[in-house]
Amino acid sequence: MSTPYQSYRTGDPLADTKAPEGPIAERWKRRRFEAKLVNPANRRKHTVIVVGTGLAGGSAGATLAEAGYHVVQFCYQDSPRRAHSVAAQGGINAAKNYRNDGDSVHRLFYDTVKGGDFRSRESNVHRLAEISTEIIDQCVAQGVPFAREYGGLLDTRSFGGVQVSRTFYARGQTGQQLLLGAYQALSRQIAAGNVEMHPRTEMLDLIVIDGRARGIVARDLLTGRIDTYFADAVVLATGGYGNVFYLSTNAKNSNATAVWRAHRRGAYFANPCFTQIHPTCIPRSGDHQSKLTLMSESLRNDGRIWVPKAAGDDRAPQDIPEDERDYYLERIYPSFGNLVPRDIASRAAKNVCDEGRGVGPGGQGVYLDFADAIARMGRAAVEEKYGNLFEMYARITAEDPYTRPMRIYPAIHYTMGGLWVDYDLMTTVPGLFAIGEANFSDHGANRLGASALMQGLADGYFVLPATLGDYLARHPHEDVDPDHPAVHDAVFAVTDRLYALLSNNGDRTPDSFHRELGELMWDECGMSRTEEGLRKALERIPELRAEFWQRIRVPGSGEALNQSLEKANRVADHLELAELMCLDALHRSESCGGHFREESRTADGEAARKDEEFCYAAAWEFTGVGEAPVLHKEALHFEYVHPTQRSYT
Amino acid sequence: MNLTLRIWRQPDASADGEMRTYEVADISPDMSFLEMLDTLNETLIERGEEPVAFDHDCREGICGACGMVINGQAHGPERTTTCQLHMRHFADGDTIDIEPWRAAAFPVVRDLVVDRSAFDRVIGAGGYITAPTGAAPEAHATPVPKPAADAAFTHAECIGCGACVAACPNGSAMLFTSAKVNHLNVLPQGAPERESRVLGMVDQMDAEGFGGCTLTGECATACPKGIPMPSIAAMNREYLRAAAKR
Repeated sequence: MSTPYQSYRTGDPLADTKAPEGPIAERWKRRRFEAKLVNPANRRKHTVIVVGTGLAGGSAGATLAEAGYHVVQFCYQDSPRRAHSVAAQGGINAAKNYRNDGDSVHRLFYDTVKGGDFRSRESNVHRLAEISTEIIDQCVAQGVPFAREYGGLLDTRSFGGVQVSRTFYARGQTGQQLLLGAYQALSRQIAAGNVEMHPRTEMLDLIVIDGRARGIVARDLLTGRIDTYFADAVVLATGGYGNVFYLSTNAKNSNATAVWRAHRRGAYFANPCFTQIHPTCIPRSGDHQSKLTLMSESLRNDGRIWVPKAAGDDRAPQDIPEDERDYYLERIYPSFGNLVPRDIASRAAKNVCDEGRGVGPGGQGVYLDFADAIARMGRAAVEEKYGNLFEMYARITAEDPYTRPMRIYPAIHYTMGGLWVDYDLMTTVPGLFAIGEANFSDHGANRLGASALMQGLADGYFVLPATLGDYLARHPHEDVDPDHPAVHDAVFAVTDRLYALLSNNGDRTPDSFHRELGELMWDECGMSRTEEGLRKALERIPELRAEFWQRIRVPGSGEALNQSLEKANRVADHLELAELMCLDALHRSESCGGHFREESRTADGEAARKDEEFCYAAAWEFTGVGEAPVLHKEALHFEYVHPTQRSYT
Repeated sequence: MNLTLRIWRQPDASADGEMRTYEVADISPDMSFLEMLDTLNETLIERGEEPVAFDHDCREGICGACGMVINGQAHGPERTTTCQLHMRHFADGDTIDIEPWRAAAFPVVRDLVVDRSAFDRVIGAGGYITAPTGAAPEAHATPVPKPAADAAFTHAECIGCGACVAACPNGSAMLFTSAKVNHLNVLPQGAPERESRVLGMVDQMDAEGFGGCTLTGECATACPKGIPMPSIAAMNREYLRAAAKR
């Protein structure tokens, strides 16, 4: 059955007009040269709003302020240091080739395009690979304590989907250390008065005047006050939308409101169905579960993944003899073994669990075993490398991973989709930029491990500061009229909605809706998707949304810290975004990367792309809640890496 | 498990607060402490009462947002963050006291939420290395001996949760401040600003109203990341050295 929402139409194709032509290795250099510059004396006349303080936002805010722009920055947390980039564990890729193992900018570019299953833009990915080396230099200069060898030089390790060792790391806390570097640079600019920082303040709408982004409406989370902030450009660095699934590895308060509000104001949303399921998370322990915890992919360097050969084998792992274990990744993918890309490792885990060979409660888990690594390297070496991860696992599960294999299961982790941006990282709303996980540009249909940190910092430290200047140089500062109808309209939309939530006085909590939506999305738009399931979800989501607005209950007032109100407002946006994710997944009847359609697979069960039909980025235009959106296709061209069926065998 | 909770409730910064008693039933030992509070809050909302406000975000022990005093101990009986404390460390029938961080420099905002912005200002007073984007030399230009890199990492692990301040009888922020001073001062990259960093950060720390250090050591015992007590002595040495040059 088909709802009116599903009868979308295809609009004009979309083109990235900013990407220069010419040899790929010259394009970024060329774009920087051709970009117009803002005279240093004129920069302070321009105000730039940056929403979010993670790796992308923090690094952008610090760099733009250092360059002389007036930056007004926001985060919902009590301090910019808490943005969820802090939780990234494993590392950051860079094509330094310090190992002399054949790495190069071109190889990182190649691996990323291939890892993304040929659904990303070659120009963007090449630029990312070029900038990767500068990022490491920048972070070392800031005092980021990367792991080092005894000679004092930087250490690296391997990550999934690649055969070189190019991942720089700071024990299992790389994200934290990189974020603190950006946060400290930002703090310096705040103290110097160059950044006006608004913590505990959440963006609730975008102000668009005469077709350009000119400000935001934000709520002070402590006092409930709704304020408008005006600027010459707005930068969204608000992360991904994995929390649509309720249970994910995202922080509890990570949300899609800023990007979704921007989408409703005209920014196209690209590839919303490209979500990444991380293969190594701690399985859920019960219905009370509020979030899932990742175990870094770096563990797959030394841990071996296995399940019992026989279905229903419920013996303790140590009682299962070697010849009755199936090290299925090593068996199916001998050349990459346990280090296959995330999408492949996740689906393989699902397959063995579907066969009844899963372990732990409900059979939803596989073993990640360190017995061989401990025998080979000794316990002390394993502890040195992974100590904090083992401790975290033991704390959560009350099991000792040194003596008993870890139990892991895939969970929602990252979203490759996001606001459509051009080569300059500008959305379809002029003056509105999206950086980091909030945009869609670099990872195609699957992101490689240790590439999110790379992209966040590349966007914030290097790309945006160069491209934003071009936009500002072309748009001299003009004051915003605070009484412009567009300003009133945005403020009214925000207050109206908050009032509706507070006054509804229903009988269901925000979390109860969030959980229900999350379960539906995990079942029908999660690790594998079918036409039937997606149609079912597209029937159910509008019903759930209607029920939400009838039955939601938010106690307390809007004029104080009210965490239920914050939650309800975010869930309301998740209920709209989820529908677009399902529609995108339904329309893309191929499998690629993290998007696996049961109907489209190869003879041996792997994802089968349909390049003739789907070699494009799907950018959706909003037309109204529950109304069919318009699809704009950006054709993808591969001149340097020719699309092949990915093979990791 | 069934538990009795006595929780600090305070509508806002200017209002008086009080301990209020709640009962929670069917708590699983596998729940985290915050999931136990989620359960309470769901019940409160269904009854039309305002839920207990508390800061939290990553729930993986790394963002530093959560923190409450549980039975008189910052982050409770285990050496970890509140989000990583599990209910298996409590027994059926227990009564648990839950209070916000108590320190002059951390005013209560609502219920268990406090204002820790003083920490951000201490960092802004020198807790960085001045390295404008684009100006960095090649990463291998300056090798860092592994012991220095490891020492820097040990101190850089601080998550800024504030447990050290909450645990200290004087409400001192010496452990927090010293962690950042030592992280940056042991690295060659941090050397040019070594003196201005420690002087600026310590002055700001005092200006924020944190108490002095009397070497009680509660801070290092409460620290979920194990920032070591000698960190404070190392900062004092840095401070004296810098002050002598001032």
